[in-house]
Amino acid sequence: MAMITADPKDVPQVAHFSFTPEYMAKVEEQIAHYPPGRQASAVIAVLDLAQRQHGWLPRAAMNEVARILDMAPIRVYEVATFYTMFQLRPKGKYLLQVCTTTPCWLRGSDAVMKACQHAADGELFSVQEVECLGGCVNAPVVQINDDFYEDLDEASMNKVLDAFRRGETPKPGPQVDRQTSAPEGGLTTLKGE
Amino acid sequence: MLSDKDRIFTNIYGVHDWRLAGARARGAWDNTKAILDKGVDWIIDEMKKSGLRGRGGAGFPTGMKWSFMPKEVKDRPHYLVVNADESEPGTCKDRDIMRHDPHLLIEGCLVAGFAMRAHAGYIYVRGEFYNEAQHLIAAIKEAYDAGLLGKNACGSGWDFDLYVHRGAGAYICGEETALLESLEGKKGMPRLKPPFPAGAGLYGCPTTVNNVESIAVAPTILRRGAAWFAGIGRPNNTGTKLFCISGHVNRPCNVEEEMGIPLRELIERHCGGVRGGWDNLLAVIPGGASVPLLPKSICDNQLMDFDSLRDQKSGLGTAAVIVMDKSTDVVKAIARLSYFYKHESCGQCTPCREGTGWMWRVMERMVTGNARIEEIDALEDVTKQVEGHTICALGDAAAWPIQGLIRHFRPEMERRIRARTEKLAAE
Repeated sequence: MAMITADPKDVPQVAHFSFTPEYMAKVEEQIAHYPPGRQASAVIAVLDLAQRQHGWLPRAAMNEVARILDMAPIRVYEVATFYTMFQLRPKGKYLLQVCTTTPCWLRGSDAVMKACQHAADGELFSVQEVECLGGCVNAPVVQINDDFYEDLDEASMNKVLDAFRRGETPKPGPQVDRQTSAPEGGLTTLKGE
Repeated sequence: MLSDKDRIFTNIYGVHDWRLAGARARGAWDNTKAILDKGVDWIIDEMKKSGLRGRGGAGFPTGMKWSFMPKEVKDRPHYLVVNADESEPGTCKDRDIMRHDPHLLIEGCLVAGFAMRAHAGYIYVRGEFYNEAQHLIAAIKEAYDAGLLGKNACGSGWDFDLYVHRGAGAYICGEETALLESLEGKKGMPRLKPPFPAGAGLYGCPTTVNNVESIAVAPTILRRGAAWFAGIGRPNNTGTKLFCISGHVNRPCNVEEEMGIPLRELIERHCGGVRGGWDNLLAVIPGGASVPLLPKSICDNQLMDFDSLRDQKSGLGTAAVIVMDKSTDVVKAIARLSYFYKHESCGQCTPCREGTGWMWRVMERMVTGNARIEEIDALEDVTKQVEGHTICALGDAAAWPIQGLIRHFRPEMERRIRARTEKLAAE
């Protein structure tokens, strides 16, 4: 477990946070998934929406989430600091989450990590080492914002980063010629139909 | 080898349409009402006869688990919760079910929910699987629009609502009671058992938590019959299974195969063999990061099922096969897993919170041989002090990979220590 604080001292906090009407509609949709009085169940979803709207999670957003869900603020801080996907400080436009757990490491995540670290400038790209992303048969895997980029090596990683630099969105998924999680080079099962 | 006609996940690679029309063409949602009409007792009995054992790692019989729910709904509603927090290193099968065949899972939720007298179900999807969750949400909407979910689902007279709940990054939420805590809006810290979830689970109500694959295979089992499923594999280890083969093979992949398939056949038939050939194999972690690794000598004749792997003091776990060839620094590979468990410990129990950090630090020294020989015994001793002394199985999961390493690669660990000692003496 890592020690994380809800408002790191070196992070410029914002004075006020409120959801836009568009995001507020999504917040209400999430709360409706749970029985009356169990609105705290929506805390992860609502924090995620706050993060999507603001880019990261300042303390003011956590307080607003606590108010909406009628939770003690400390309960929201606990959640925001427990789960690794909540970003408690500003990030670059693209967050490069490099998996380095054993299955990715066996297939060369060190080189992929190096390429990402080299690109990280804090504005366009931020980089973060993450634990198993759950795409192990397509290792190494890097999650960039919501998308998985798979079957990477240093060269294809740099190609993906270059495309982002040009303002493009490179195609997620395997960066080699391969159908999702099927064996490269052709199916060994389900060849019919 | 399993033939295609016996495969349940016929769109596992996403070659075909994952939406309702495509799923129906492959046989999903085919007269689901007829299954429900046969009643709760028939469904549970059929699931028991099929021999299906939970696909999330522990291998507990699914039909029996369903039967633990109270026979009558009293003052508290019943809940079905699906564990889609797939995070065990090496495992990526539930991801493919959700993104490529979501309707198999959704239909399974209706059947399982009905069998446990639940009117609501939650699918807890790990937060990183954003796109997979979107497929699932879209597929659930299709099912509602077609009258397959919601009021009078499939015309069965049973009301069933299903929701996707996304997590936000925490391996521990794959532990069922931590998952329930998280679903209630708290930190994912496991609960003491008893009470078990079937007695007091989500919101204190009777709840059953099942893995994605266990739920997704249920409609096909009920449609084709328990005898069909039980006829595949070996006694007590029946059916088909999704295997995830990663690491040093020529073509890593997911594949649905027969339970009990020989490890070597699995790797050579579907993955193009071990990189550099079978003789270049060093070791395999056969069931996800938390099970002890097996050296090549055992892998030569190993069958891939719960009981065969237990006999070798390892386990089938999630059937995530991590292959390591002879170029692997095996101590470092296991040390990286120790770091994983240290990172993912929720910190609630002292043996795990302190033990995972301690074991990782010692493992890092073992990588370079910066240790004394006796420390191997001390390390093993600490794994035994963590194992079995925590609320949940994360402590055990952190201990087992190290115990496996010491059991099978102790000479390599000693060699590194001696080499470093000799090098220092020479300088």
